[in-house]
Amino acid sequence: MPNNKSEKPSEKLAENLADLKSEFVSGIAAAVDVAAVDAVRISALGKKGRISLLMKTLGKMTPEERSVSSPAFNALKDEIAAAVEARRKALEGAALDARLATETVDVTLPVRAERQGHIHPVSQVMDEIIAIFGDMGFSVADGPDIEDDFHNFTALNIPPEHPARQMHDTFYLLEDANGERKVLRTHTSPVQIRHMMNNPPPHRIIAPGRTYRSDSDITHTPMFHQVEGLVIDKATHMGHLKGCLEEFARAFFEVDNLRMRFRPSHFPFTEPSAEVDIGCKRDGGELRIGEGDDWLEILGCGMVHPKVLEHAGIDSSIYQGFAFGVGIDRIAMLKYGIPDLRAFFECDLRWLKHYGFVPSDVPTLAQGLAR
Amino acid sequence: MKFSLSWLKGHLDTDAPLNVITDTLTAIGLEVEEVTDRAADLKDFVVGFVTDCKPHPDADKLQVCMVDTGSGEVQVVCGAPNARASMKGVFAGVGLVVPGTDMLLKKTKIRGVESNGMLCSAREMGLGDDHHGIIDLPEDAPIGEPFAPILGLDDPVIEIAITPNRQDCLGVSGIARDLAAAGLGNVRSFEVAPTQSTFVSPIKVRLGFKGGDTKPCPLFVGRYIRGVKNGPSPQWLQDRLIAIGLRPISALVDMTNLITFDLGRPLHVFDADKLNGGIHVRLSKSGESIDALDGKTYTVDDQVTVIADDHGVLALGGIIGGEQSSCTESTTNVFIEAALFDPIRTAATGRRYGIESDARYRFERGVDPDAVFSGMEAATNLVLQLCGGEASEVVSSGAIPDWERDVWLRPDRINQLVGFDLAQDRIVEILTALGFGVTPAGEVLTVAVSSWRRDVHGEADLVEEVARIEGFDKIPSVPLERLNAVTRPAVNATQARVGTAKRALAARGMDECVTWSFLSAAHASLFGGGDESLRLINPISADLDQMRPSLLPNLIIAVGQNADRGAADTAFFEVGPQYADDTPDGQGSFASGVRAGLSDTRHWNGDARPVDVFDAKADSLAALEACGAPVAKLQLEAAAPAWYHPGRSGTLQLGPKNLIAHFGEIHPGVLRDMDVAGPVVGFEINLGSIPLPKAKASRNRAPLIVSDLPAVVRDFAFVVAGDVPSARIVQAARKADPKLITDIAVFDVFTGGSLGEDQKSVAIAVRLQPTDATLTDDAIEALSQKIVASVTKSTGASLRG
Repeated sequence: MPNNKSEKPSEKLAENLADLKSEFVSGIAAAVDVAAVDAVRISALGKKGRISLLMKTLGKMTPEERSVSSPAFNALKDEIAAAVEARRKALEGAALDARLATETVDVTLPVRAERQGHIHPVSQVMDEIIAIFGDMGFSVADGPDIEDDFHNFTALNIPPEHPARQMHDTFYLLEDANGERKVLRTHTSPVQIRHMMNNPPPHRIIAPGRTYRSDSDITHTPMFHQVEGLVIDKATHMGHLKGCLEEFARAFFEVDNLRMRFRPSHFPFTEPSAEVDIGCKRDGGELRIGEGDDWLEILGCGMVHPKVLEHAGIDSSIYQGFAFGVGIDRIAMLKYGIPDLRAFFECDLRWLKHYGFVPSDVPTLAQGLAR
Repeated sequence: MKFSLSWLKGHLDTDAPLNVITDTLTAIGLEVEEVTDRAADLKDFVVGFVTDCKPHPDADKLQVCMVDTGSGEVQVVCGAPNARASMKGVFAGVGLVVPGTDMLLKKTKIRGVESNGMLCSAREMGLGDDHHGIIDLPEDAPIGEPFAPILGLDDPVIEIAITPNRQDCLGVSGIARDLAAAGLGNVRSFEVAPTQSTFVSPIKVRLGFKGGDTKPCPLFVGRYIRGVKNGPSPQWLQDRLIAIGLRPISALVDMTNLITFDLGRPLHVFDADKLNGGIHVRLSKSGESIDALDGKTYTVDDQVTVIADDHGVLALGGIIGGEQSSCTESTTNVFIEAALFDPIRTAATGRRYGIESDARYRFERGVDPDAVFSGMEAATNLVLQLCGGEASEVVSSGAIPDWERDVWLRPDRINQLVGFDLAQDRIVEILTALGFGVTPAGEVLTVAVSSWRRDVHGEADLVEEVARIEGFDKIPSVPLERLNAVTRPAVNATQARVGTAKRALAARGMDECVTWSFLSAAHASLFGGGDESLRLINPISADLDQMRPSLLPNLIIAVGQNADRGAADTAFFEVGPQYADDTPDGQGSFASGVRAGLSDTRHWNGDARPVDVFDAKADSLAALEACGAPVAKLQLEAAAPAWYHPGRSGTLQLGPKNLIAHFGEIHPGVLRDMDVAGPVVGFEINLGSIPLPKAKASRNRAPLIVSDLPAVVRDFAFVVAGDVPSARIVQAARKADPKLITDIAVFDVFTGGSLGEDQKSVAIAVRLQPTDATLTDDAIEALSQKIVASVTKSTGASLRG
């Protein structure tokens, strides 16, 4: 540009700055990668860049000149810095896009294998039962599977040769040195006796566990599971038994108005004794609980026989109460529509995965007993 | 117990419809199991009139009948000798299933002649054994109508379950009494007037027990009837027996069956001409035998009550009669027996020799002791009615045992035990209707128990009687009171571990199994068991006769069975009891698991490797941690029971005695003996051995202390003898400054290469976390030297150059 003295110094400055700006802007626009942008930035704004040098001239100017030049120089510096930054971001973005385009994977591939374990239906249903009765103030008691004759039979008012001992086809162990023949408990009822003998009344317990009878066919297995219940205090009567079992059955089967029927029956250890049926409907092969007008037996119960209380060291003229026994496998089958009892104990992976429960499904009353 | 509605109505005068009767039976404790209405089942089988009957052109024994079925005439080929024109028979059309043979009838040709259905015999209709000819219906039977009502089959059969205490309902008369008490009508009297005897019985009876103890048979009553004529019993009797599934045999035999089911009173009839000398009842002599009426021969020990004559055993008392003295068509003189037999001995004998009979079923539950003589009169009456003849006087030996007893009932006990109030009058009414004698005596009722109620002994029994007749549906539903304001945990800390261990292991991808508590003695002995004291004497099968000493063998069997089904990569666990001895303390709660095959399923992005000991170790540590075991304090011994691989197994323990868990590869020899392909790894945790946490005063956690100073990680590689456990290197390194060293990781182990034989290199990363001041280079160097020195001293290791 010719040095024309006729022009005003301010006009000349403006012209020079505009040229400078246009030069840098086209340089930035022409940069094809971050390094080229950087080169333009250094040539403009670096220590010895042309704009930086221009800034240094401000010091030597008169105040009047500076008042004109300083805002102009700073504006140019900011504009170029912004342009550099914008171009750098654009180039970086494009570079990243280009890289990512090369990194594509087949997301339809399956995820890394993680084994999913399962809880057996018996355990799950036991936990459900404990949650329901726990809420009613019951605590869990346990006892041995290998029982003696006293706890399994005699104390429960089943004397030797009583026909009830035939009802339970009992497994016996070899006679020991004292001539005693232990049994595999035929029911969870001996836990009642052990609990009453070792703890002062009142009692409110459930005892879930393994039980054994020498039966094996489509509907019987030599080992199965029961839960025993026992409530002993001074005033508990059959009305409480009804209330307690209704609450249990309705909570367990998740049917609010489940119809229930208490039928007189006979067990040596309760008097009066009852069997309990729930309302159901049999439709073809399917069983629906809570509907229809058919009945299905689910448990046995009754008022604890005075002789049982006396055998366990409890004064039957002061204390009374009820007991009940429920087949855990059976109600698990009913609730979850599991067709074959024998399969419970066959450890078939396919069965365990199909009927089992994931471990995070812990039955609680707050979160729901079943999902 | 089965009976037909008309049989019941013979004892109960009632207008109640069938459904009310069955509902009431169930409501009073006589649970109805099934009601069958044969007329309904047989409604498609109709009366057919044979209009014409000609010999088959091509078969000697067949005839071609034209049958008017009411809806047209059809041609039927029939093989029955009694088929003839103008008879009425039971016609089964094409498409029906013949109940006695389960055969579906189709239109067919028999020797070239078309046949459309059949004329049926009694056996084909499931009505008995007769198949000599077709059923001959009365002349006035209406053509085309169902035949069943004409033969009295429109009589529903009710089957009820009798609980062991209600032996009084093993006769229809007892059931009628219960129903009458429940308001369903009135009992019809069935008193039989004693038959006047005309002569003295030529056969005497005698109780021949040593020492005069007549407990096995307290009373034996007999009567001789001469000049009887045996033959088929009348239709009404046969109908009753067929209705309940019994086969009519002859009037004399049918009579005893009828009285057994009618009155609950078993009887026996001997052919008197086959007896030798008098009859005596005694205990058997060892080795005596009898050819019984069930076609089997029983050789007995010396504990059986037998009825014998001078030649030997005639019958097993209360259980079964003998072939030799049984009645036949030609019997003319009989000796009737009515006796009482000891329930316990009857049951024991029946069980011991595996004999099921209607007599045993009743005697072992206890027969009414006061109904022996009346039962004899009922039998006599029936024999004279059916077979004619002349009855002798009654002969007997022994006496009616003392059965009379009183029980007290406080009326307010009903309310206290059952929860509903009942007026005393109503209580008295119910008990009286059931046959109890009730006398008010001040505050209580004195109740005389009837002879047929062997089960009533105490007040609670009477409460049940009143409650069941009044109705369990009247019992109110009362909620249990809450015990505490806040619900307490139902399980204690020990019990909680069972559930925790299960969910921890399932969360590690293992599937829970529930296996038998027993296994074969051979498998038990591979796992330290097999002791005789834990053997079942009556196992369900020979390979399930030993209580399990460990949970592993059944899980390993499960591995093998699943592998056979094509699932080789399995991870199973079980939490349950195992048995060290037969005492309560010897039955502990264990958590065990196995893994087999590959650690993972084959995957595009992973290397599935065979399972190894570290899988089992990780499983056991995870379960222990979840159960609150002090995992950091556990000592690990490189030793485990014999069923583990000796070099690839370990034991986690607290002190030398408290063994908490074993883990490892299952011994290949054990797997071979169990016929299961390896590798299989497993673990066993004794849940009871985990110490209980100390009770805490507060739920507050200890404060969290973290340092903002930079941590330093230094790596060391040591060369050490091959048998030095890496844990000892870690331990020794930690000892250099337990406060500063917060973590040590073993990140590399290798052997071979430039290392000497029996040498290995173990590399550890030690993390140093200062809390007071940043570590200087000098301090780090000093500590590094201390670490090397400690490891060298403790293990003989040298720092790898």
